[in-house]
Amino acid sequence: MSRLQNTLAELKAAGRKALIPYITAGDPDLDTTLQLMHDLVAAGADIIELGVPFSDPMADGPTIQLAYERALLHNVGLRDVLALVERFRSHDNKTPVVLMGYMNPIEYMGYETFVSSSVQAGVDGVLVVDLPPEECETLTAMLHEQNLDTIFLLTPTTSDQRAAEICRHSSGYVYYVSIKGVTGANTLDVTDVKRHVDRLRRATDLPIAVGFGIKTADDAAAVSRVADGVIVGSALVNIIARSGQGDTAVEISSQVSALVSDMRKGMDAA
Amino acid sequence: MTEQRDYYQVPDLRGHFGIHGGRFASETLMNALEELSELYGRMKNDPDFQAEFDRDLAHYVGRPSPLYFAERLSKNWGGAEVWLKREDLNHTGAHKINNTIGQALLAKHVGKRRVIAETGAGQHGVASATVAARLGLDCVVYMGADDVERQKLNVYRMKLLGAEVVPVTSGTRTLKDAMNEAMRDWVTNVDDTYYIIGTVAGPHPYPMLVRDFQAVIGRETRRQMQAQAGALPDALVACVGGGSNAIGLFHEFLNDPTVAIYGVEAGGLGLETGQHAAPLSAGKPGILHGNRTYLMADDNGQILGTHSVSAGLDYPGVGPEHSWLKDEGRAQYVSVTDDEAMAAFRELTRTEGIMPALETAHALAYAKKLAPEMGQGKRLVVNLSGRGDKDVHTVARMDGMDI
Ligand SMILES: Cc1ncc(COP(=O)(O)O)c(C=O)c1O
Repeated sequence: MSRLQNTLAELKAAGRKALIPYITAGDPDLDTTLQLMHDLVAAGADIIELGVPFSDPMADGPTIQLAYERALLHNVGLRDVLALVERFRSHDNKTPVVLMGYMNPIEYMGYETFVSSSVQAGVDGVLVVDLPPEECETLTAMLHEQNLDTIFLLTPTTSDQRAAEICRHSSGYVYYVSIKGVTGANTLDVTDVKRHVDRLRRATDLPIAVGFGIKTADDAAAVSRVADGVIVGSALVNIIARSGQGDTAVEISSQVSALVSDMRKGMDAA
Repeated sequence: MTEQRDYYQVPDLRGHFGIHGGRFASETLMNALEELSELYGRMKNDPDFQAEFDRDLAHYVGRPSPLYFAERLSKNWGGAEVWLKREDLNHTGAHKINNTIGQALLAKHVGKRRVIAETGAGQHGVASATVAARLGLDCVVYMGADDVERQKLNVYRMKLLGAEVVPVTSGTRTLKDAMNEAMRDWVTNVDDTYYIIGTVAGPHPYPMLVRDFQAVIGRETRRQMQAQAGALPDALVACVGGGSNAIGLFHEFLNDPTVAIYGVEAGGLGLETGQHAAPLSAGKPGILHGNRTYLMADDNGQILGTHSVSAGLDYPGVGPEHSWLKDEGRAQYVSVTDDEAMAAFRELTRTEGIMPALETAHALAYAKKLAPEMGQGKRLVVNLSGRGDKDVHTVARMDGMDI
């Protein structure tokens, strides 16, 4: 069993839901990201999704676009992100890290180098936004061979037939996108989420995590009642963005920790 | 005897042109893309749909566009006869309308009330706003903020036509960023919105269906060349931004081995400066905007900023079929610089009284080199993809004038 699968199995056995924060690597710089990763774990995160900066984030709203731009100001690329995970691993050998990003940086690095460097660095899973199951065969086979998990997105527009196909390529967990739209939109409808999650249960036994539109501890608690995991991204990235308005690393760190630990409490009490 | 290659077996069912093309899109769009494939698959073989398309091309666009023998230009260049396929005479002034007519018919068939488009030079935006006005559809056009500035005339045309023009300030503020923003809009409004992509790029089935709608250019050219010169052309030359006017001319002749094919990319300040928009000449394959194709990107896979004097060629990728034709060796891709294109713009204007778009001027600048190499008795066809009215501001500024 992979580290990611192990973590999810332990959570399930304990009757708890996974809290999965997303931050962008290199936003505002790599040292801050490393500190924030440890902060997230201390505040109750179970799994970390780490965004790999890309110049053309087609599926992201302004919040994460700007995070990518802040990281790209000092040219943070896939190699730097892998090195960051390696640094994280020297102090935390337990918390799974999932890379989330777009296909071109992986294409340009080459699949073989990407997979072997990911193993070397201690990456646990990979989620590529613009890699649907139709195109994923080669890369997922290489990742699975090295015991890395492949996480795919499911959306409100995904048909039952597609859901089955996507889940067939998925391992670790599946990511249900709660809205039609880009990251950062704010129209969470928990009743609708429940309906879709229940539908997806028929396609998979994998844990179903839900993301997009989860901003507050109440949102997290509500979603944790209907799904196996809660992913929070833009709300955290919005805090990190205040680095641009003069907030210090310490201030950002304590605000990020506060939101994550509120979410944790809300979810555990739900 | 060498075996005759058949270039009409692409794309495959999943939109692949060799290693290129495909459908690298976010999951929210996959369903819409499948539906579009299915719809287009039906319409392609539906005589009523094709008749409606042909009717609109004839009576609304003004097709067939003339194939004009540029006698004085040919004499000046001293070599092959230069023939111009006059897409500039289409309604709205460029080849772009062929595609928007076709896609608007698709949108109408599925009852979408809102269309969106990306645009660089503004020609595709104008063509989209035009068909939207005609069909009474809401229209939103995304345009890089820098392009809004350099193509003011087209921005105002779109507004007059009732479209909303949204300047895009993210990234490099040009065509690729406009395309990102249009994709984001589509992801959000996929239920009621049809996305009219303006070139042979994007996820499958766009490169195929835009090609098919533009292929009328080559079909007419074959007929007209036969009627007017009693022969096939010896060479075809077209500028390549995303590649829609080029594939529109080339496609008809892919299986004619005697017809040489040249696509001309924007060499900007020169390939050696890095300041250009020539992915086929100087890039390598990667994935952007839903397909695998030659791209301009750095070692980290970040898409590079491009430079071209012409907004319509200022794009770091290219349609996947061109990438495949390059790999297959069926077409050759070359580049000319901003300066060469500007000189060709002036030369055609003065010699033939035809003012080309700056995009088109790239094709002319290369034809000027090719014609003497080919020599007397040969015929070359340049796709005159658009007219230059929209660029008069830019040229005047270069001349130190503010008009
Ligand atoms: C007149 C003209 N020619 C060519 C192009 C380039 O596009 P494509 O390569 O898709 O033909 C444009 C794009 O705006 C254009 O306006």
